[in-house]
Amino acid sequence: MSAALAFGAGALVACGTYLVLQRTLTRVVIGFALLAHGANLVLLAAGGRAGRPPIVGDDPSPLADPLAQAMILTAIVITFGVTAFMLALAYRSWQLSHDDLVEDDLEDRRIARLGKETDPK
Amino acid sequence: MRALLALPVALPLLGAAVSLIFRGRRVAQRAIGIVTVASTVVVSLAILVRVEADGPQATQAGNLAAPFGITLVADLFSAMMLVVSSVMLLAVLVYAIGQRGTDEEAGVFHPVYLVLAAGVGLSFLAGDLFDLFVAFEVMLTSSYVLITLGASRAQVRSGMTYVVISLFASMLFLLTIGFIYAATGTLNFADLAEKIEAVPSGVRMAMALMVFVVFGVKAAIFPLFFWLPDSYPTAPTPVTAIFAALLTKVGVYAIIRTETLLFLPDLERVSTFVLAIAGLTMVVGVLGAIAQNDIKRMLSFHIVSQIGYMILGLGFFTVAGIAGAIFFIVNQIVVKTALFLVGGLVEHGTGTGALAKMSGLAKRSPLLAVLFLLAALNLAGVPPFSGFVAKLALVEAGFAVDRWLVVGVSLFVSLLTLYSMTKIWSGVFWGPVEPAVEPDSLRFRLPRLMIMSTAVLVVCTLAITVAARPVFDLSTRAATELVDPRAYVREVIGR
Repeated sequence: MSAALAFGAGALVACGTYLVLQRTLTRVVIGFALLAHGANLVLLAAGGRAGRPPIVGDDPSPLADPLAQAMILTAIVITFGVTAFMLALAYRSWQLSHDDLVEDDLEDRRIARLGKETDPK
Repeated sequence: MRALLALPVALPLLGAAVSLIFRGRRVAQRAIGIVTVASTVVVSLAILVRVEADGPQATQAGNLAAPFGITLVADLFSAMMLVVSSVMLLAVLVYAIGQRGTDEEAGVFHPVYLVLAAGVGLSFLAGDLFDLFVAFEVMLTSSYVLITLGASRAQVRSGMTYVVISLFASMLFLLTIGFIYAATGTLNFADLAEKIEAVPSGVRMAMALMVFVVFGVKAAIFPLFFWLPDSYPTAPTPVTAIFAALLTKVGVYAIIRTETLLFLPDLERVSTFVLAIAGLTMVVGVLGAIAQNDIKRMLSFHIVSQIGYMILGLGFFTVAGIAGAIFFIVNQIVVKTALFLVGGLVEHGTGTGALAKMSGLAKRSPLLAVLFLLAALNLAGVPPFSGFVAKLALVEAGFAVDRWLVVGVSLFVSLLTLYSMTKIWSGVFWGPVEPAVEPDSLRFRLPRLMIMSTAVLVVCTLAITVAARPVFDLSTRAATELVDPRAYVREVIGR
């Protein structure tokens, strides 16, 4: 695994995790895309050394692992679809509340308040 | 005969495609949905019969030999899960058709529901990790659509939490797949089972724990459960019911499948950790349930609590423990679905899910009260119901390996479960009828299809109770297969 790939994947996952933890929906979507790129880089690195030719004909020399590439392609398609869905959901959320932030859970708040009220202290 | 294995995935996908063509024509969509899911039930039963007689069955998609192609495998565990899940899919679909408004506003309900069915089927049949990832994504993506179906404010809010946490887990899953592939060069379960021994034990342990975390999020184990009680209750009842029945259990299935097949010796070393997680999941789940004042939210917390029991069975790392867990899962899927459907009927009849706002439903609808009582007592594990048999099996398995503390915790949690069921009972069904109810609308008018499918599920729980012995024997055999995967490996790899 080349050092550049490893550091690249690490940086992407770190930034992605940071962004996913934000309350702004657009940041969450971008963070998620970064996470997906990081994971794809790891898959690419798992496929073996760089610079090997793809499978063509009956060449006996070492070839690049096609399975890792197939998996990355599948993962890209899946994350593409889901990112589109998330964007739609974020847009709907903005339509409803004119705000880009994740809202609080009202029922949860109500129960927490109830707990405070009945507290003997 | 082995082509049967592809049908639980292919049939619902085909049905979804046809259903999309008939968008806007409700009767046709309903017929397609029912026919597709009903034939999936038949196919699953056929697979179970076949697997029960001949051992694990595998098929290679496109005839690509095992470690490289897409492998579909059914052993006893997955066949049992297939049968139970397809029956639940059918019951909930009938309920959804009976409930006004579920499939009427949105023409996509039926296609998406069928895709969900395909995803669940593929998760149980997947023979390699990447297949399992794809199956999870198929299932989860359709669940994202279902949970935000009405696109109301509450649904978008909780749906967003659900989508983000699920996706984060999916990305972790993808990373884990990358690591496992880098370490072993294969993702096929059977192939992995053989090659994983060559991996240094520290790396193996890291992989085992990553898999545990990834599926732990999906299965909602402590401390990764917080998204579940937040998001499930906002969806329409049939959607919540099918999520409660299947999604978390698919996560548990994946935990049991991967940890027994690949990492059994590794995870056994940290069995105290697994048991602690199981105990905390049970306790936190049930305490959360007691604090709630809404039927669906209470039941959602109970999902978490019951997941603890399933992990408990795995945590003993004995055939008896895993057998108990499998029996518990099968029973729990039916009971939990039945309870959610009853909760939905209560909401349907009274227009609210808040315990404080209703009372005396036992007088208004004795049948509903009986259905709730039978399912609730089963959930709490009161003898002679099958929930008791499942818990007894877990307790015995725990005593056999001298895990007294966690067994004690599980019994205490049972008591609390019973308490919270009593809370629903006394809040909703017991007591006088509210004075606001007009005498002529005293009797509930419940849609026949909804009450029918709920009643069928409660009868199913009774059937499991009566047939506890054969079902438990089946679970024990499934557990034996899991702990000793030689037959599984031979079937897939062919040597």
